[in-house]
Amino acid sequence: MGKIIDQIKQGKTMVSDGAWGTFLQQKGMQPGECPEEWNSSHADDVFDIAKSYIEAGADMIETNSFGGTRFKLKKYGLADKVFELNKAAAEISRKAAGDKFVLGSVGPTGKILMMGDVTEEELYDAFKEQCLGLEAGGADAIMIETMTDLDEARLAIKAAKENTKCEVFCTMTFEKTVDGEFRSMMGIAPSDMIPTLIDAGAELIGANCGNGIENMIGIVEEIRKVNSDIPVLVHANAGMPVYKDGETVFPETPDEMAGLIPKIIKAGANIVGGCCGTTPDHICRVREEVNRMNYE
Amino acid sequence: MSEILKQISDCIEFGKINKAAPFPPQMKGQDGADELTRQALDEGVPAQDILSKALMIGMEKVGIKFRENKVFVPQVLMSAKAMSTAMVHLKPFFLSGAVKQKGTFIIGTVEGDLHDIGKNLVTMMVEGNGWEVIDLGTDVKAETFVAAMREHENAFVGLSALLTTTMASMEKITKVIRAEIPNAKIAVGGAPVTQEFCDKIGADAYSPDPQGLVEYLNSQVA
Repeated sequence: MGKIIDQIKQGKTMVSDGAWGTFLQQKGMQPGECPEEWNSSHADDVFDIAKSYIEAGADMIETNSFGGTRFKLKKYGLADKVFELNKAAAEISRKAAGDKFVLGSVGPTGKILMMGDVTEEELYDAFKEQCLGLEAGGADAIMIETMTDLDEARLAIKAAKENTKCEVFCTMTFEKTVDGEFRSMMGIAPSDMIPTLIDAGAELIGANCGNGIENMIGIVEEIRKVNSDIPVLVHANAGMPVYKDGETVFPETPDEMAGLIPKIIKAGANIVGGCCGTTPDHICRVREEVNRMNYE
Repeated sequence: MSEILKQISDCIEFGKINKAAPFPPQMKGQDGADELTRQALDEGVPAQDILSKALMIGMEKVGIKFRENKVFVPQVLMSAKAMSTAMVHLKPFFLSGAVKQKGTFIIGTVEGDLHDIGKNLVTMMVEGNGWEVIDLGTDVKAETFVAAMREHENAFVGLSALLTTTMASMEKITKVIRAEIPNAKIAVGGAPVTQEFCDKIGADAYSPDPQGLVEYLNSQVA
């Protein structure tokens, strides 16, 4: 089936999946439960999520392994289950994906290097361990995401690159500052991340979470100003969350998201998918728009 | 005396921990918060002055710059580290009562949420502004907040959340605290929280940034 990057280089725009975390909650996961633990305790529910995105028309789906490093799993007493929970995560998505691609999700550890919480070596080892599990379960690519610190992102990329045969992708999370610029929590601008992530070995970069699709257009434009070649992926939230009657709602509808797809592709995105609050309905509409664009 | 206080304040503002620290580059090789605080005490500068005329001034400047997105989390963390290094020298004066703190602030990340970066930032900023902070950690239940508030009468309390899904938990905890301690002063914050949400759940204060919380707390004891 080749590589994702090869398809992009042939000029194809691809569709990724939508939210996992918010979907797991709909399936009954309670606050305080370990999402990755569901790969063993509720494998059927996780499979349903993966499958629903394939049915919606995604070219690739992620794995339920965002918090799958030992640092995150340790909080649930599962630090010794890193390999097996990540492998299970990838196996579930692999089974659902059929001939589509599987992106092994890797999120930040929550540890801050510059505060001396961890050493670079400890971070590298933790990412390596997680990536090995994801590769063993059948991931095609490692999707390092929601990064805010450049050093942590670089270590995760290197760990994936040097220890697996998977394609390695990395997206960071940016917010709009009061001056209207985009910066990560750690102060990194989209244009700042480009050289570091590419030097570390990322074959695709981009942005996820933190923004609805509208702000993502600005982020992609900023990346494209500096680099016109590197494949770019966007996983956008369904807008910013609003709290309603004891529940958090993401307001952007599938139609609203789909309406901005031509714009973000024109800005230079190669893969478009969703993050928090997006559903199979969102992805289905994105698919339609992307098909229209690919056809044109 | 005011010269050394200004130097300490600069160390806090720019995150210069000690002489050996390489950060920030423009202060390389200079004494940091560690050395200068010791020196000031040795010269007889009152500990209270070091706190209120140096540390708090420096932290306030960082807080304002952070709010204006002029600096980001790394700079705040370095400032906080410089401040806590200076605080080590002041500790005996807190214990002896020679330095008075403005009050007590209890903080925790709400039940169901294990994120602590935001909570820790707030803790450091509030501490750096002359408050005693009791940090209850993450995944904190309503009863734990209530017990801490019973132990520290008149303390203010702050609830933190990162996950959108734990906002319901924040609402529940706010209501439990309100029922148990009707005059409690409850502040809420975190990425998904808004003023509207704060009003809706009956909390007393919200700020999108730590400095706003500090200003709220200070206004309550002014």
